[in-house]
Amino acid sequence: MSILRRNLPGVLVMGIPVLWIALFMLLPYGIIVTYSFWLKKYPTFIPAFQFGNYITIFTDPQYVLVFLRTLKISILVSIASFLLAYPFAYWLVFRCRSAALRTWLYMAVIAPLWVSYLLRAYIWKTILGTEGVLNSFLMSIGLIDEPSSLFLYNQFAMVVTLTYIFIPFMVMPIYTALEKIPTNLTEASADLGMGPWRSFWHVTLPLSLPGVAAGFTLTFCLSFGDFIAPFLVGGPDGNLIANVIATQFGAALNWPLGSALAIVMLIVVLTIVSLSDRMERKGLSGGI
Amino acid sequence: MARKTPSLISRYGADTGFMTFVAFLMAFLYIPIWVLIAFSFNDSRSLTWPLSGFTLDWYRKLAENSDLHAAIGNSFYVASLATVLTLLVGVPAAMVLHKVSFPGKSVFRRLILLPITLPGIVTGISMLNMFKLMGFPLSLETVVLGHATALLGVVVTQVYARLQRLPKSLEEAAYDLGATPWRTFVDVTLPNIRSAIIGAGLLSFVLSFDEIPVTFFLTGRDNTLPMYIYSTMRRGVTPEINAVGTIIVLLSLILIIVAVVAGRERKK
Repeated sequence: MSILRRNLPGVLVMGIPVLWIALFMLLPYGIIVTYSFWLKKYPTFIPAFQFGNYITIFTDPQYVLVFLRTLKISILVSIASFLLAYPFAYWLVFRCRSAALRTWLYMAVIAPLWVSYLLRAYIWKTILGTEGVLNSFLMSIGLIDEPSSLFLYNQFAMVVTLTYIFIPFMVMPIYTALEKIPTNLTEASADLGMGPWRSFWHVTLPLSLPGVAAGFTLTFCLSFGDFIAPFLVGGPDGNLIANVIATQFGAALNWPLGSALAIVMLIVVLTIVSLSDRMERKGLSGGI
Repeated sequence: MARKTPSLISRYGADTGFMTFVAFLMAFLYIPIWVLIAFSFNDSRSLTWPLSGFTLDWYRKLAENSDLHAAIGNSFYVASLATVLTLLVGVPAAMVLHKVSFPGKSVFRRLILLPITLPGIVTGISMLNMFKLMGFPLSLETVVLGHATALLGVVVTQVYARLQRLPKSLEEAAYDLGATPWRTFVDVTLPNIRSAIIGAGLLSFVLSFDEIPVTFFLTGRDNTLPMYIYSTMRRGVTPEINAVGTIIVLLSLILIIVAVVAGRERKK
């Protein structure tokens, strides 16, 4: 009894998180893994052990197409975010001479994270829409004669919107990685006669790769699982996997297939996270 | 000497290039927000350029919208409870990761951090399946449990980072002076990680207030604010959403300032 009482805080400290994880993560994941092998039988579904749902996902062109589209959009979003984030972070860390300006600009990029995610998707719907701000603006300055449907309800709109939403997740890790690089390394390479481009290519870029990997992981995984932005700006051909999952749990009422899709998503995310983990560790041991 | 002139020019050119780039990025990030705000004061139903005239009608409509008020109330309820819960679980979890070594620790850490990268929809549907299976009716409380689970990773990373920076000698001194683990925690560790806990709590609150993917699957008949806005959006674009949005932007701005000021005090 007294041993238990003495160890009570320890038991609680350890027990609460372990219990929580078991109950609200392991158990639910276990349930969807189980469901993913079940059979849909109208109007519900029955226990079974078969790979039909997975076979459907990887052979039915409808699902393969959505999967490839999601992959393509997430990669494009990651690349677009990277192209915007890296030069910006580089300039902040190495070129910006005023510390106050650096803090302000960094905050300015991170701040939108605190502004509702839903709103940031909605804003682009109002801007890119056929009767939206961009179209009416272009018409009012006489650049186009009639509203163009080029901007909204396509993959371009989705990439712009998702990049807008997730770019802070690319800036943060890259900035942190660049900040850690000691300036005397680039100075040394300059002293050894390397030009700024070669110094960047051989010294700065390799040392910042762990940050780039972390940024790619975050933006990719977040875009990969998004279903709000596709719904708002993606249009009829803009469904991503998450939209299809949502449909299986709503109108289509095919929970086993929805669960299998979620498992595929989980595996993709886990694979990318562990790949980037490995890369970061390599970066740490290969670095300084 | 001859080598220096072109490098100066190219340096100047590079600086101008970078400046233009940064200005472009800022325009990309902030023009949309100004567009949102501008149209909340515009006296036309459609969101088209040019602005036609000034009005406060959309804000007046918000003030009369009782569904919206209920949704705001629900969001405060959910975000407060979820924040408290996620702190109650997350702080001990960070302590465990920091101090205790046990078999399966790396699995434990990965699981806790997973929801940061795992799309909310997976957390949402897996918990939906469980609640349905156990015959648990969906409600704001199931949303709270979902949020607390999804936000755990945020709390753990923040608190864990702070714990790692604490010198070990502090706690060792407390033990040497005969303090129990509990006393050591309350009198030594807690005061040192207080600001990290407050920061993590603030962030959790904001994220929960704004959360959609998990809420989408776990809510019953009651709507949270983002879910209410979302269902309004499905019916189409209206300046009323711009008005709600403008208020949210303003509140976010206040929160950011609070966070920055709190951060400054921490450094002192």
